[in-house]
Amino acid sequence: MGKIRYIAFKEFRHILRDVRSLVIVILMPILMTLLYGYAINLDIKNIRLAVLDYDRSFESRELAGRFYHSGYFVEPLSAPTLTDPEYILKTGDAHAVVVIPRGLAQALATPGPYDLGLTVDGADANLAAAAASYANVIVSRYLMERLPPGAEMPGIVLSQQVLYNPDLKSSHFFVPGLIAIILMMISALLTSITIARERETGTMEQLLTAPVKPHQIIIGKVIPYVGLAMLDGILVLVFAVVHFDVPFTGSVATLFIFGVIYIVAALSFGILISTVTRTQQQAMMAAQLLTVLPSVMLAGFIFEIKNMPVVLQYLSQLVPARYFLLIIRGVMLKGSGIDVLWPQAAALVIITMVLLAVAARKFRIRMG
Amino acid sequence: MTSPAVTLDRLTRKFGDFVAVDEISLTVERGEIFGFLGANGAGKTTAIRMMCGLLLPTSGNGTVNGFDIHRENEMIKGSIGYMSQKFSLYGDLTGRENLDFYGAVYRIPSRDLKDRIREVIDRLDLASFVDRPAGSLPVGWRQRLALAAALMHRPGILFLDEPTGGVDPLFRRRFWEILYRLADQGTTLFVTTHYMDEAEFCGRISIMHRGKIIEVGSPSDLTARYGQPDLQETFITLISRERPNGQD
Repeated sequence: MGKIRYIAFKEFRHILRDVRSLVIVILMPILMTLLYGYAINLDIKNIRLAVLDYDRSFESRELAGRFYHSGYFVEPLSAPTLTDPEYILKTGDAHAVVVIPRGLAQALATPGPYDLGLTVDGADANLAAAAASYANVIVSRYLMERLPPGAEMPGIVLSQQVLYNPDLKSSHFFVPGLIAIILMMISALLTSITIARERETGTMEQLLTAPVKPHQIIIGKVIPYVGLAMLDGILVLVFAVVHFDVPFTGSVATLFIFGVIYIVAALSFGILISTVTRTQQQAMMAAQLLTVLPSVMLAGFIFEIKNMPVVLQYLSQLVPARYFLLIIRGVMLKGSGIDVLWPQAAALVIITMVLLAVAARKFRIRMG
Repeated sequence: MTSPAVTLDRLTRKFGDFVAVDEISLTVERGEIFGFLGANGAGKTTAIRMMCGLLLPTSGNGTVNGFDIHRENEMIKGSIGYMSQKFSLYGDLTGRENLDFYGAVYRIPSRDLKDRIREVIDRLDLASFVDRPAGSLPVGWRQRLALAAALMHRPGILFLDEPTGGVDPLFRRRFWEILYRLADQGTTLFVTTHYMDEAEFCGRISIMHRGKIIEVGSPSDLTARYGQPDLQETFITLISRERPNGQD
């Protein structure tokens, strides 16, 4: 459509003309990633661990070494003189105690019942959970390496399996989610002010005396921002992989396609905000409030959706970030493809269509 | 085209209980310079917005350029030009970019666009101003640029909503010279204004008060009819007659 093209072109000129805003739009996402990436760091480190080694073999010392070299555990405040793990915890010298009974070397050679003991100070529930799962991973990795191939697992602590984030780094979990939130916020912000600005400066009235239809104005205004938001997305993504070492196991093309769909949904949300607010100020406030809060709280970024009250679970289905969160974590961490993720994309497409239709309608009513 | 430029038949617009425009009827012939006078809040802007296809009437009928204002407002939009007192071009774009954009929006074929832009630039003496950001121009030149944008598609009717607000007298005079030339070439001009000297330039004027048109005629006829020395006094006489208790 010719007119859509010209409106898009004009909008693009506005973007290029306003260098200051352009710089902000490009730098802000990177700063936000950096800030949030560090601030929302749930990694628990420096857990004080005491090892009671009754085996005193090469293997037992090696296993103890694995704990201390993992980066999560450190030596206790003083070398344990007591033999009861509970007492060690009570003194506060250590947060966790590993007991290696006699017979580790033998258990590794000939599988049989053998119990490694782990006692964790549960006073700090998060720390306790983290210590337990780190310990599990460390022990099971050690066993995998030491056991001859095909050998049966000895009956040692291995109650939990940690998938997809074997390093247990919370940044791997958070940074992709962060990308979803930042894209949502920036995109909605970008478009939310465009219509409000034209209304505030009076250019909208002039434009409406020309033979253009609301949907042409709206679509024309979304197009240039797709490019800009994509640029932001790519920058943040590269930054996440390079700086936060987030693995990227899936296909870049898949993420790109889904990314475009998500961005269009976010931009459409901004347009809708734009049609119902009066000033640029209002539009910006609304865009920030209505994107960041639901995306952080309801999309499964920090809080698991399935643990929410039922009402909020339903509400979360309206939050576009929810779907992209699954997409981006899936593609980056698990290498999922379109075959698994298409329902999320379909949900985003439906949301976009509804948003745009409502926006065009609101726009017409406001102008009438 | 032989139909009048504008015909209004008991055109009404209500906002809730408030009647902004109350059964106005009017015929404006082609090539006329028609002045639309009234105090602030008299309903002029609402009436103009309906004529420009920006607002649908609550009741009554009307045509603009022969097109029905209920059903053919896209056609109306394509055939009229509109310029308001508030500068409404894009201040961050240059004059030429603004003209480019409006030319494209009005579907001027791209091979004609350059010529058309040159044409309006010549007509309005804008050559030394079009390549600067529109927002940085002095008010008078901004108005001319806005007029240029409104003329890009050679509209048959031009609606001017207080076009010379905030412009100095010399610039106003020159602006009107341009408008006269346009009218000579057959463009119908529909002008709202506060300035009585400006109203004198119009062929006919209508005076609107509280949503109704209370008088229509040429400026000299009206002054004579009410035995007043000039249009200003005539206007004041008419308005105070409408509110005898001196309140509004």
